[in-house]
Amino acid sequence: MWIYLLRRLLAGVIVMLVLSFGVFILVALSGNPLAALKATPGVSRATIAAAAAQLHLNEPLADRYWNWLDGLLHGNFGSSYTGQPVGSQIAQRLLVTVKLVVPAVILSVLIGVVVGVISAVRQYKPVDHVSTGLAYLFYSTPVFVLGLLLKDFLAVDVNRAVGHTVLFTVGQSTPGITGTWNVLANEVQHAALPVITLTLVTYATWSRFQRAAMLDVLNADYIRLARAKGLSPRRVLFVHALRNALIPVITVVAIDFAALIGGALVTEIVFSWNGMGQYLFNGLTGAESPDVYAVSGWLMVAGTAVVMFNILADLLYGVLDPRIRNA
Amino acid sequence: MPEPAPGITPPTPALTLVTDAIQDPAVESRSQFRLALERFAHHRLALAGLVVFLLLVLLSTLGSVFWQYSYSTITSDFATGPSPQHPFGTDLIGHDLFAQVMEAEATSVKTAALVALIATTIGTVIGAIAGYYGKLADALLMRFTDLILAVPLLAVLLVLANKLSKQAGSWFWIALILGLLLWTNLARQVRGAFLSLREREFVEAEHAIGASDLRIVFRHMIPNAIGSIVVTATLTVALALLIEAVLSFLGLGIQPPEVSLGSLVSSGQDAATSLPWLFFFPSGFLVVTILSINFIGDGLRDALDPTQRATR
Repeated sequence: MWIYLLRRLLAGVIVMLVLSFGVFILVALSGNPLAALKATPGVSRATIAAAAAQLHLNEPLADRYWNWLDGLLHGNFGSSYTGQPVGSQIAQRLLVTVKLVVPAVILSVLIGVVVGVISAVRQYKPVDHVSTGLAYLFYSTPVFVLGLLLKDFLAVDVNRAVGHTVLFTVGQSTPGITGTWNVLANEVQHAALPVITLTLVTYATWSRFQRAAMLDVLNADYIRLARAKGLSPRRVLFVHALRNALIPVITVVAIDFAALIGGALVTEIVFSWNGMGQYLFNGLTGAESPDVYAVSGWLMVAGTAVVMFNILADLLYGVLDPRIRNA
Repeated sequence: MPEPAPGITPPTPALTLVTDAIQDPAVESRSQFRLALERFAHHRLALAGLVVFLLLVLLSTLGSVFWQYSYSTITSDFATGPSPQHPFGTDLIGHDLFAQVMEAEATSVKTAALVALIATTIGTVIGAIAGYYGKLADALLMRFTDLILAVPLLAVLLVLANKLSKQAGSWFWIALILGLLLWTNLARQVRGAFLSLREREFVEAEHAIGASDLRIVFRHMIPNAIGSIVVTATLTVALALLIEAVLSFLGLGIQPPEVSLGSLVSSGQDAATSLPWLFFFPSGFLVVTILSINFIGDGLRDALDPTQRATR
């Protein structure tokens, strides 16, 4: 068990190293952060050279990567081309993304599991057809279409109907609000639409997984036995079937959740949230882009989350299903 | 209850029954392809998806050729709602939205189809080599696949798309990038199928009569795995449409003067509240296209690959 964990962690570290090297080189070669400065009329060669030296652009790429890695091992993410420390910036962004992603994941799990189970128990009944249709609709809809629909149409209508702004569509909060309750209420009003957007696109896939897993279990012999013993349908469903049908879903949720730590890029952009996704996007396309240090810092955090949660998912699987642990 | 097929008389012993059936012209032999076609035809949603998708392709091809305006024509009407002259209305500078949506639909479908073609070819070849030869080839190729899978797809896409779209924002380059990144799923599936296929008797028999590796792989093993290949290829089209739309929405995909459904939604979003047609027509076409392909994929799964039904 411990050896297994150690081996997985080691493999994860190697993957992260290879990945960081690849991305560092790729980003560094993908453009010149001083292009805008060079294009400005009246900027002397000396100024450009000084800027290049300040950003270490004149050093060999391998040296720059090595210096960055060295800093990283000492807990220093370096500073971005705009001069801000990457570490503290990412910490801020991570907090914003968590505020969006965690509620959305919790809601998606609840809705996904409930809808999936009902669909499976009432297979091919109207309720199943409706939920299948909705799931298809939601995973065929690009996130930005859903987000814009809520932002430009639903929010406008709701706010007009109520007479004042209930649903905010831009940013995480209104600055200058005082009082714990007011701040909290304000944040909830801001979070409502992005969280709904993310929930709708996320639950759709999970409910299908839950339905498939539940159908598998419901057709198993031990469920027939449980029914034959005369257990109540409720007990068979919740104690015997659901507990086993949750196992595959938990791993899917863990892996998808990890990917969301890297940011719900499109949702964040539609609703102007300054989360991890925006940070990556700005690092690649904003001023002074491509920003190698910002992107590499993002990759370290997002990639580590993916690696850790993959290991966690496998461990969980083993804990929940002893047959896998022994295999 | 369906009547028993003519030519089959229940009391006869099994052997004569089979020969009877072969000799009886009333019972036609049905090929695997025919059987799959029949199963597909029974899947009503898939059939509807196919019809809708073909109509969309036809409409967008005809629309971009025969419609009175080209997608780049600037007419004298700007910001007008749907009318007989402009069925989908016009945008802020006077582009006819119908012409634009038709052109965008064609570009998006074209891009997604090329992505699926590239990804399917790479995925099949890598999966086939890994699964057929096993051992070192398998280990190397699968570690490579794992690495591609571990890469946050979006990050690499953004880097590459950003670089390429600035230089040549053509649909071809976007399709190439997506194709080079979206093959991993298929490679794993083909590898899995090949690992079990290569142990089967008919492959052993081919080895025994001295068939070449190429012949075994292409004539015997790929046809046996074609079901999951076709299904995954179809779902890749839907995935590519989604990803291309997101990239174009972010301004990193299809670049002007070319238009795609994602870039149309993106350019219409600022005026979406006052000129809602700029949002609803392109995003409607986008969702219907992706939905129809997902339904086709589902039908194909039932028809070609009945063992894979459980997922999704």
